[in-house]
Amino acid sequence: MEKVYGYINSIETMGLVDGPGIRFVVFLQGCELRCLYCHNVETWDKLTKSFKITPKTLLKKILKYKNYYGAEGGVTFSGGEPLLQPKFLLECLKLCKQNNINTALDTAGVGVGYYDEILKYVDLVILDIKATEEQLYKKITGKSMKKFNNFLKAVQKNNNDLWLRQVIVPNLNDSKENVIKLKEYAKKIKNVKKIELLPYKTMGVYKYKILNIPYRLEGVQEMSEQKIEELSKFLI
Amino acid sequence: MENLTNDFKEAWKGFKGNKWKKEIDVSNFIDCNYTEYKGNDSFLVSKTKKTSKVWHKCEKLLKIERKKHLLDVDLKNISGINNFNAGYISKKNEVVFGLQTDKPLKRIVNPFGGIRMTRNALKSYGKKLPKNIARIFDNMVRKTHNDGVFDAYTPDIRKARSAGLITGLPDAYGRGRIIGDYRRVALYGINALIVEKKNDLLKNEMLEIKNEEVIRLREEVSEQIKALEKMKLMALTYGFDISLPAKNANQAFQWTYFAYLASVKENNGAAMSLGRVSTFLDVYIERDIKNGVLSEEQAQELVDQFTIKLRLVRHLRTPEYDEVFGGDPTWVTESIGGMLDDKKSLVTKNSFRFLHSLINLDPSPEPNLTVLWSNLLPINFKKYCAKISILTDSIQYENDDIMRPIYGHDYAIACCVSAMKLGKQMQFFGARCNLAKALLYSINAGIDENSGKLVVENVNKIKDGVLNYEEVKRNYFDVLSKVAKTYVEALNIIHYMHDKYAYEAGQMALHDTFVERLMAFGVAGLSVATDSLSAIKYAKVTPIRNDNDIAVDFKIDGDFPKYGNDDDRVDKIAVEIVKKFVGELKKHKLYRNAIHTLSVLTITSNVMYGKKTGTTPDGRKCGQPFAPGANPMHGRDCNGALASLNSVAKIPYCGCCQDGISNTFSIIPNALGSDEQHRVKNLVSILDGYFMQKAQHLNVNVLDREKLIDAMNNPNKYPTLTVRVSGYAVNFNKLSRAHQEEVIARTFHEKI
Repeated sequence: MEKVYGYINSIETMGLVDGPGIRFVVFLQGCELRCLYCHNVETWDKLTKSFKITPKTLLKKILKYKNYYGAEGGVTFSGGEPLLQPKFLLECLKLCKQNNINTALDTAGVGVGYYDEILKYVDLVILDIKATEEQLYKKITGKSMKKFNNFLKAVQKNNNDLWLRQVIVPNLNDSKENVIKLKEYAKKIKNVKKIELLPYKTMGVYKYKILNIPYRLEGVQEMSEQKIEELSKFLI
Repeated sequence: MENLTNDFKEAWKGFKGNKWKKEIDVSNFIDCNYTEYKGNDSFLVSKTKKTSKVWHKCEKLLKIERKKHLLDVDLKNISGINNFNAGYISKKNEVVFGLQTDKPLKRIVNPFGGIRMTRNALKSYGKKLPKNIARIFDNMVRKTHNDGVFDAYTPDIRKARSAGLITGLPDAYGRGRIIGDYRRVALYGINALIVEKKNDLLKNEMLEIKNEEVIRLREEVSEQIKALEKMKLMALTYGFDISLPAKNANQAFQWTYFAYLASVKENNGAAMSLGRVSTFLDVYIERDIKNGVLSEEQAQELVDQFTIKLRLVRHLRTPEYDEVFGGDPTWVTESIGGMLDDKKSLVTKNSFRFLHSLINLDPSPEPNLTVLWSNLLPINFKKYCAKISILTDSIQYENDDIMRPIYGHDYAIACCVSAMKLGKQMQFFGARCNLAKALLYSINAGIDENSGKLVVENVNKIKDGVLNYEEVKRNYFDVLSKVAKTYVEALNIIHYMHDKYAYEAGQMALHDTFVERLMAFGVAGLSVATDSLSAIKYAKVTPIRNDNDIAVDFKIDGDFPKYGNDDDRVDKIAVEIVKKFVGELKKHKLYRNAIHTLSVLTITSNVMYGKKTGTTPDGRKCGQPFAPGANPMHGRDCNGALASLNSVAKIPYCGCCQDGISNTFSIIPNALGSDEQHRVKNLVSILDGYFMQKAQHLNVNVLDREKLIDAMNNPNKYPTLTVRVSGYAVNFNKLSRAHQEEVIARTFHEKI
């Protein structure tokens, strides 16, 4: 059998905000989107700054933290875009489920297929909805919504639980109208357990300088937690 | 105690069980009578008016003390169980009475540990040792512990001590770390304890004078009896007769406190720990509540006022002492929770009330509240602990599931991490050895890198050029074996002299006569030594030597695995070092047949140890602080908090570092969870997971680095900001700038 490798940017052994409970977060390398506010710019290119690992080796690392996961916690595959490495992702998910480990997939839904197979082994999809309409989506990510829509269709078909997330940036999408649109959009989706607005942060900006990539939101202030709280009220 | 008088019958009315009535056995009394509580914190009440008044007065005094560092000293009397007049804070509002001296926060002169230390301490506050006291000790009318020790120290010990290879030794002040079973006074009264001690003197093994040990023990037990008599008299100055058992909850708190108070009037050990009183006292509270004579408000009032008294304990210290143990700590450690067996926990409502005092009286480093954590603890209690941790940063956690099999279920923690069976074991405190410096000695042929003096003799000279791992390790282990010998010799001398010149009669009176002794050795700089060996093994390390052939710097080519990332390649080195060292210690016989134990604990001395240690092969520069306790070096643990915790959890407790392995964990609130409910749940999972890995200790801080920086610059904004450092909590404002900076430099887990 052909040996599968994954390209991983980094591992966080204690993720406490990427899914329920305590989570081992695997940041897979590579992403096709070029979001304006991306704070993990180092994960864009599949080959830079990554290390190669087999699903079995990764599982061994995951199991070392099993005692901490408790009833709710487990593993979250994040990125980059985890869906860009479907074979590796699928292997890892299968191994996790064989070992009774809760699995979450933190994704923007822009992958290369095999969704039905992958989603069979996913307990929770954390879906990053960049925007609810084509124009703004393209402005933020540089791509069309087509792939995202395909993935969402697959999630609905497989009945996975969903958390929806959206990053809120000053003067880009921080209006009441935008949040209400998100709420209406979410209404049409089933199995949504939670909607979260995430404040735009500038903590990843320094990485652009290191990698010599121009930063397009230069000068934009961080989103205040207080405003996020206010906006979140429109979701209820 | 077989013929129970009416007084005993009244005091014990309604209490079940027999064994504890026939012999001194507090543990059995608790087992037979306590009520486990599995509910939540909704029954807790706020402080009473009386408590508010008493605490308000204390807060004013504490504020002045923070400014002046020392409020007052009693220069008329010297330490002793009954050498001071009664003192009050606000007599009509107090419900638990007794102060160390006649006024709150007025410190005691205790010359028995060492007169020089006492004199220096007074001098640093512009005070002078009174002539009548000076005469007694200067003219050797009465010799001190410190005099005795230095009469016996060998040249090797002196060299190791002054180089900072072995430091923090209790050779100039009280050794502390002894926990009297203060509960005995409440349960049995002093008279019954005296009868027991008198009976012990008449036992066959005590009547046959076959060696020095019997002579010594006979003298000690006689001193213990005198100390018990003095406790009675001391309590009488406050108008209480503690010769008989406590009859109600109020008396139980008061009797227990008097017993503890006697110990801090008599001794000035670094750690004067309380033991494990909350569940014991809950038995009395439950009985009184059931009889309708005590309300929840009154129960909390007793706990809060008892706590206030514990917060006022002080000892007279020198500025040099403060440099080692920052923040004026007293380690009034109270152990809370734990399991009775695999099914039933020892959690009672009083476990909650003690933690609740941190809310009623604001966060505080003392008493050092220590939760004995088990995976099996009631979930409501776990959640409450986590909640209070997040709010106050004032709790430490220790693993009941690994300690209970060794010590049984009635043990307590002395100081930070040292477990002992209550009333049945005592500890000879032994400070610590600098593992990082020892490593430099193996590279510098036993010569100290700072002073240029030869400290450890006959160490092989190492080959020139890139360091060879096997060669350095061989040399290092040779140095460790030599240091172990010197270290044991030092502690044997220290404790021989302490028993002779500064015997803790009051505390030992509250132990069984035939007590088991633990001798607690310690190490500092484990992560520095470990990473240094890892660098030598996995990277290329070349010493840069000065004209005297001493390595003053190291050229490091390539990367190497670092302790704190759950990487076995390096974590195994840490395990190997501690196993080697404890093995070497165990080759040497100890004073009074004590049992060897070892801790990986620095308290705040990691700053001082760092100051005294040259540049190390891991890249740490000369003078930079070590990581505290068993923590990974600052910022080197970069795979997330759990990887860091897992590395520390690999250091073996049972049979190896059985005096404790301290780990301090700091996380910013937003990284712990999005809201309070999630933070509580996540902290519980972290504690469960960490202790399931068989780790021993965890300090938990949930705070922002920015807040600490702000507090460093604007101390008045944060009068009660408490942080856990290494095995204890401190008021952040009381730390020196160097200690504050070290706390801020620590790894904060902040991935979000």
